[in-house]
Amino acid sequence: MNGSHEIVIAGFGGQGVLSLGQIIAYAAMIEGKEVSWMPSYGPEMRGGTANCIVIVSPARISSPIITRFDSAIVLNQPSMEKFESAVKPGGLLLYEASTVLHPPTRTDIDILSVEALKEANKLMKKQVANMILLGSFLSRKPIIEVANVLSALKKVLPERHHHLLPLNAKALEIGIALGSAVAVEQNQ
Amino acid sequence: MIAHDNEPRLMKGNEALAEAALRAGLQAYFGYPITPQSEVLEYLAAEGAGRGCIVLQAESELAAINMIFGASGAGARVMTSSSSPGISLMQEGLSYMASAQLPCLVVNVNRGGPGLGTIQPAQGDYFQATKGGGHGDYHLIVLAPSTVQEMADMVFEGFRLAESYRNPAMILADGALGQMMEKVILPKQGSLPIVPRPWATTGKPPTRERNIITSLFIQPEKMEQVNLILQEKYRRLQGEAQFEVLETDDAEILLVAYGLSARICQKAIELARVKGIKTGLLRPKTLYPFPSTALAERAETVEAILTVEMNAGQMVEDVKLAVNGRRPVQFFGRMGGMIPSPEEVLNQIEALAQGVALEAERS
Repeated sequence: MNGSHEIVIAGFGGQGVLSLGQIIAYAAMIEGKEVSWMPSYGPEMRGGTANCIVIVSPARISSPIITRFDSAIVLNQPSMEKFESAVKPGGLLLYEASTVLHPPTRTDIDILSVEALKEANKLMKKQVANMILLGSFLSRKPIIEVANVLSALKKVLPERHHHLLPLNAKALEIGIALGSAVAVEQNQ
Repeated sequence: MIAHDNEPRLMKGNEALAEAALRAGLQAYFGYPITPQSEVLEYLAAEGAGRGCIVLQAESELAAINMIFGASGAGARVMTSSSSPGISLMQEGLSYMASAQLPCLVVNVNRGGPGLGTIQPAQGDYFQATKGGGHGDYHLIVLAPSTVQEMADMVFEGFRLAESYRNPAMILADGALGQMMEKVILPKQGSLPIVPRPWATTGKPPTRERNIITSLFIQPEKMEQVNLILQEKYRRLQGEAQFEVLETDDAEILLVAYGLSARICQKAIELARVKGIKTGLLRPKTLYPFPSTALAERAETVEAILTVEMNAGQMVEDVKLAVNGRRPVQFFGRMGGMIPSPEEVLNQIEALAQGVALEAERS
């Protein structure tokens, strides 16, 4: 549908896959958009793979469960195998470089590899790797304002973690810079 | 009309439902944890006590429904929630409550079955919910939300219907609606009036005879009288049937689906219309009473009807009864926690459209 964006975010449980999706959904809601966030909730979540589908749209959202995506954000090899083929032609496949052993091979989509874990470790906090990926995602697909992402973080993070807000803002900036540094390469 | 907040919130369906129940003035909740509805119990356990609601984790679903019976008999606004296997355990109590004409709200966050099954979303409990479920001639009032917003709003509607008709009401959701997050604008605290309950067993004043709540009418003449009262009530209930139609004005193919299936159908309709196939949707919001009249009217204006469910074909029987042979009614479904994809539904629509075109050529 016009102006809507359909995203899948997938990785291992504990990588912040579900909360990354929630932050996108929350920020879009702040902007007055319709949103849905559908998590996988099977036994697969316990230490295995986790994923969520986020849909952001100016209009009423039809199915919250879909099989083709405008963008995929991938944080491990099993998810790459599952979702590389699910990106619509011309879509974005963003992945965390160190966790994906076999890089994607499609030539009809925008593929962006980001060293999010390495950069997060430089910040002494590997948990912000998901925010680095979010920054890189937004550098390609500016579907929500960065300022609203920061407001969303305030809502999604429990109060006791609010001292980490500046670190998350920094991670977001790094991600945007990393994404912007790579030109869109796409043979269509 | 129920007043709503100004600000939207991002909530899971289960949480929105639990918060709405507190805002509806829920006085007692008895339940037992089971995936994918456990957040209802968790939310109420955390929030209920401070907001005037007794929340108790019973030792089983069987105990929970009988606690609901007791609290409802005492005149309280009561709710329980569970998922498919747990709802099966409650059927005896629900039959008793229907017979004793006690209002309550039961939430079934449907998962795949039969048996202990799977925790993934399903609609396999349609028959159980709409055709009685327990023994005897009775019906629950059954509401089918398809958004997180409706997970909240239908709590208010469920209590209104249950209390106005003195009958147990059920919200029949599914695992996806319970677990997903969407924007929701919650109904306001206290905006649901309490219906007077002169029948409740709250202690006998000298001014009236004692109230008796029972489902035991040992003389068949009396038992038949109770049945006649129930049947008359179900006839009155038919006026409460609710539904939504989407893009039906020019539709040649009509989809009929509820809950999550209806959302998937909306996506399939988007895809079908891109291909030039005029497709619309009728979505029952109440499964009992079923919007038969509305469906029969729409059937006159389309060429073919396709029912889509996350089961082996249950609501399709009510669709066929309503359509009564006016048009062909097809069915498509996935079972056991598998969810039909919009593309699979599109394939069915395309096949139907081809059939309709062939028919037109022949005639």
